[in-house]
Amino acid sequence: MTSVAHAKPAGGGGAHDAHHAPMSFWRKYIFSTDHKIIGIQFLFVSLFFLLIGGILAMQIRWQLGFPGKPLPGGGILPESMVSGGVILPEYYIQLVTMHGTFMVFFAIMPLLVGVYANFLIPLKLGGHDMAFPRINMWSFWLALLAGLIMLSGFFMPDGAPRAGWTMYAPLSARPDLSGATISQKLWSISIVVLGLSSVMGSVNYITTVINHRAPGMTWFRMPLSVWALFITAILAVLALPVLQGAAIMLLFDQTLGTHFFDPGAGGQPLLWQHLFWFFGHPEVYILILPAMGMVSDIIANGSRKPIFGYHSMVFAIIGIAFLGWIVWGHHMFMSGMNPTLGSTFMVSTLLIAVPSAIKVFNWLGTMWRGNLRFHVPMLNAIGFVSMFTIGGLSGIFMAATPVDIPLHDTQFIVAHLHYVLFGGSLFALFAAIPYWYPKMFGRMMHEGIGKVHFFLTFVFYNMTFFPMHIIGMGGQMRRIYDPTQYDFLKPQQPLNVFISYSAFALFAVQFLFLFNFLWSLKRGKKAPQNPWEDNGMEWSLPNPAPHGNWAPQTPNVYRGPYEFSAPEAGDKDYLPQYTKLPTDRDPVPAPLPATH
Amino acid sequence: MRWWLPDAGSTFAGPIDTLFLAILIITGIALVVVEVGLVTFVIKYRARPGRKAFYTHGSTRAEVIWTAIPAVTMVALGLISNHYWVLMKDKKSIPPNAYHLGVHAKQFEWQVTYPGPDGKLGTSDDFTVRNQLHVTVNEPIAVELTAEDVIHSFFVPEWRVKQDAVPGMHITAWFQATKTGEFEIGCAELCGMGHYKMRARVFVHTPEDYKAWVAQQAAGGTE
Amino acid sequence: MTHATQIVDQMRPPAPAEPGSGVYSNKLGMWVFLASDVMFFTALIGSYIVLRFGMGSAWARPGAVLNVPLTGLNTFLLICSSVSMVKAYAAIADGKKYFLRKIPGKTLQDGGLKFWLLVTIICGAGFVGVQLFEYIKLVGHGFTPTGYREGSLLAEHALADPVKYGAGVAGMYGSTFFTMTGFHGFHVTCGVISMLYLYFTKVLPEKYSPQDYRGIEVIGLYWHFVDLVWIILFTIVYLI
Repeated sequence: MTSVAHAKPAGGGGAHDAHHAPMSFWRKYIFSTDHKIIGIQFLFVSLFFLLIGGILAMQIRWQLGFPGKPLPGGGILPESMVSGGVILPEYYIQLVTMHGTFMVFFAIMPLLVGVYANFLIPLKLGGHDMAFPRINMWSFWLALLAGLIMLSGFFMPDGAPRAGWTMYAPLSARPDLSGATISQKLWSISIVVLGLSSVMGSVNYITTVINHRAPGMTWFRMPLSVWALFITAILAVLALPVLQGAAIMLLFDQTLGTHFFDPGAGGQPLLWQHLFWFFGHPEVYILILPAMGMVSDIIANGSRKPIFGYHSMVFAIIGIAFLGWIVWGHHMFMSGMNPTLGSTFMVSTLLIAVPSAIKVFNWLGTMWRGNLRFHVPMLNAIGFVSMFTIGGLSGIFMAATPVDIPLHDTQFIVAHLHYVLFGGSLFALFAAIPYWYPKMFGRMMHEGIGKVHFFLTFVFYNMTFFPMHIIGMGGQMRRIYDPTQYDFLKPQQPLNVFISYSAFALFAVQFLFLFNFLWSLKRGKKAPQNPWEDNGMEWSLPNPAPHGNWAPQTPNVYRGPYEFSAPEAGDKDYLPQYTKLPTDRDPVPAPLPATH
Repeated sequence: MRWWLPDAGSTFAGPIDTLFLAILIITGIALVVVEVGLVTFVIKYRARPGRKAFYTHGSTRAEVIWTAIPAVTMVALGLISNHYWVLMKDKKSIPPNAYHLGVHAKQFEWQVTYPGPDGKLGTSDDFTVRNQLHVTVNEPIAVELTAEDVIHSFFVPEWRVKQDAVPGMHITAWFQATKTGEFEIGCAELCGMGHYKMRARVFVHTPEDYKAWVAQQAAGGTE
Repeated sequence: MTHATQIVDQMRPPAPAEPGSGVYSNKLGMWVFLASDVMFFTALIGSYIVLRFGMGSAWARPGAVLNVPLTGLNTFLLICSSVSMVKAYAAIADGKKYFLRKIPGKTLQDGGLKFWLLVTIICGAGFVGVQLFEYIKLVGHGFTPTGYREGSLLAEHALADPVKYGAGVAGMYGSTFFTMTGFHGFHVTCGVISMLYLYFTKVLPEKYSPQDYRGIEVIGLYWHFVDLVWIILFTIVYLI
């Protein structure tokens, strides 16, 4: 066991952990305030919603590839969704709506933030737990509640919401025009509850990062994963409330007869779009920044080199987050808003490509002249860089407003968003989950299965989503039930078929990951303390990390997070943040701040 | 099987397709640099016994270069794009001699109102046809978009024209078709259950054929 | 470690630690939460501004529909509650051993916290009560989230004097009024409930001391925020 130099403990602080009576199963694993358990709870629940999202996607691909053909197994669905086994148009738009909703709000966001902000922040900063452990627990239960409310929409008599995950008004506000009644209201309620969960979580993450860093953990010694999660939390705390406000106005339009988005009474449909995207654009950066942060940690580890341009990487994260507030109109170029506004949003959107490019080049710089180890997390991290680059570059086409004219609301956008969300965020998760699995569960995920999963996913992923650029260029609109209704789309139908087969294969391959994840819980190789020979604070703890982390003591931090192959490391090619060398001085803890 | 944008059918298609190609080249170069870089590094710098990684924290010069080049490229792209954006979407860019049509979108059809033989929209000889858009080739057309119920979007791929029709708003979209023939309008904004079949047929006529068609409609024709 | 030092440490981030914000975590957390609440009200108030000034016709004249004098008094009540909140905070922070004046033989642990916090709670509850009363009156007269109810008193007034009553835009007037003031009232209610909770669990049993009064400071921050939002709302909804 590596020795960790500890600061002298002060009174108060983590003393409570040392005095716990043994906890009941319920207190320890179900109603836990331990940030690590909460992170694991988020992990299980979010993987479940990821699976739901995938099942919905398979049905979408069935319909798009084989319009009018009976869905295999469709017989189990009610007649209101599937008639004679064939997916109905009203069910199809429920599928696209809920696929987007579940994937964005209940899969990717909680997987990146709910899991890793919770799990990593106190561990990587040398802390015992979050600043507000009980509020943290509530954050999880509210997120679960929100997910269940959203899921219940499918079981309502009129079916699930169906105005797209973007819920444009007036379609979303008028049950008589959309067909969705109760479930649409439940959507709003679920979003308000989820927003509360997100805000609670973010308050925790922000406070913990600012106030609860171990001695020596200065701002510029924090790993990029923590920087990214911190900035993401700031985005979340400011963006989610705007969506909550919009969802409430939508709910009131439906239930109280208010007129926020009703043009007949002076309301403005575009108001919904502005509110939604003012939230929505920061939201997509919430969905990518933590991924970028974790990938940075993993690529540095896999390359056995410090991250190239650490300070630039930090400023790029901040730059992306800041610019992310002023680009929302690029979702609305065709909306009828003033074209001059369109020009301003084009400028800000093109500019945001720059910090993203900086990050990609820095990842390349990290790998350059490294000593690359291709463990499963590193493979997926490299996959992330490769796919995110495509996704980011494809965005430039839409940023140039004249080119957005033929591309807006076509499959080109669908290709773009999946390259950044799946090729980006999900690949980052395929890297992060096995990477921190030993810290969570004390075991390793199976490396061989992981490698097969990576290669097959990479191939089938590109076969599924790259052709979507082409059918989008050809003009296939989003969210249409049957492309063959249009003469100009008929020639492209073979590509739709190809995409659907690739998607089925892609989905099937994910069961390898699911199997690996579940099987390794009990049968995975027992993990050594620092299996990846990493520098993070968390690797000074046993696997799985104990309740209270280092409590009652606090570790000292002696250097930055990426000192791989440092000369001081001697014949080892890594030098953890917590290792005290003879030349190191103990950090001086901060003087206690004044009361006022 | 189509592998590219639809055949150019309007004066907008030239600039848009050229801009598309320019962006494709720029992003293509960037993509090749990154992907070839990745593959090269994966092969060249793989771990082998006895190797050590090169310990460095970065290079300010590299940061400056790979910040400046994308920034300059994006600014240039923005300036060029904006010129065409203003031309295509700004109210002031609509040619004064444009021929005005009314297009009213509703669940799930397109109602096109023609100005009739007097050529003026809003007079008593106007007539409305469902799901058929007839225009003259090589003549600027201004479509006055309105929506009855929810947001729809007027989209004709060959013309590179797309504009949302929003209830409560009156939005004008203009274009000039360059090829005669038959095309389609697709609705490009989810508008409900029938969104997928909100299709209209588009006919681009020679001036003579168009006049003939208008006369026929005014006389009570059904075609 | 003496007992006193231990209590002092509870006020601050866990020690030892890197320098953080210099402010203890509960307070920092409340500031962050208030930032999120600012965004929530910005969405509602921003929408109100966009909708109101995007409309063709003018809204009802101030005072035509809403009871400005009564709400003005209510505003004063809320401001008073902010003052009493400051007094409550000062009472515990200074740790005065007396309330109002020295009484021989009588010393207080908390210098009047119980009194001043109770005043705040009563004023806060009073504010909500008056607002509920106003709502009931308004709905009775016909002002609802959808506008003037058919056949109601206000509908008649609006027919007689459409300019004064903003007849054409009554629907939007009602929508924005009830949503903004309703959510504000909800926030005040949550504040009152929180203060009641603290009152019974911490204040009455005298768990606060000049060395540790975090809960009072934190709820005080929230209360001042709620007051500030109201002043903005009162101005743009009732007075303009």
